Amino acid sequence: MFEIKILGMGCSKCKKLTKLAEEAVSELGVSAKVVKVTDIDEIMDYGAMVTPALVIEGEVKVAGKIPSKEEIKKWIEAN
Amino acid sequence: MNNCCCTEGVKLIYACSGCSDVGEISDRVARVLSKEGFGKMKCLAAVGAHLSGPVKSAIGADENIAIDGCSDACARKNLEHAGVIPKSYILTEMGLEKGKTVLTDEIVNEMSKKIRDKMLFECGREDDENK
Repeated sequence: MFEIKILGMGCSKCKKLTKLAEEAVSELGVSAKVVKVTDIDEIMDYGAMVTPALVIEGEVKVAGKIPSKEEIKKWIEAN
Repeated sequence: MNNCCCTEGVKLIYACSGCSDVGEISDRVARVLSKEGFGKMKCLAAVGAHLSGPVKSAIGADENIAIDGCSDACARKNLEHAGVIPKSYILTEMGLEKGKTVLTDEIVNEMSKKIRDKMLFECGREDDENK
């Protein structure tokens, strides 16, 4: 099982991105866990200066905007 | 001016921080602007190293500002390599001479003011164009 992290303090955009990631995982039927990260120090550890950000297996895929579900699926499939 | 681009959004500032006198001044100017809250200075080296967090943050920011000491424009080019087109400010095009400029607080403050004024002017112009 791999991890998808959503970096953000819990604003509506972070929640929307979390929902999209969970839907993408569910629709692809892959074994992945979506984890919300709200700790500012941990967010900064990823070098993310803008949120929300999406991290797959330690790599920041996007920051500061909400990608489409299709984009998230592509990143998951490429993993 | 409520919708002015200068008062909203995430603005990231990068300096070339090069070893020349004007490179050093670019670093100091970026720090001044960051402390003033005009934007947030971020590490250009991290973008150059292609670290995913800094690169994606630059791509996701509303605006990126590159402050270069000279016309080599290494800060701007680093960002461009990462797929980001920044607003570019080059100190040698703003009155400084590479290799002949002594770093002083006055110079740093003067360059900071010039960049701040240019940004505000450009911002006002964009606002007018969008009306």
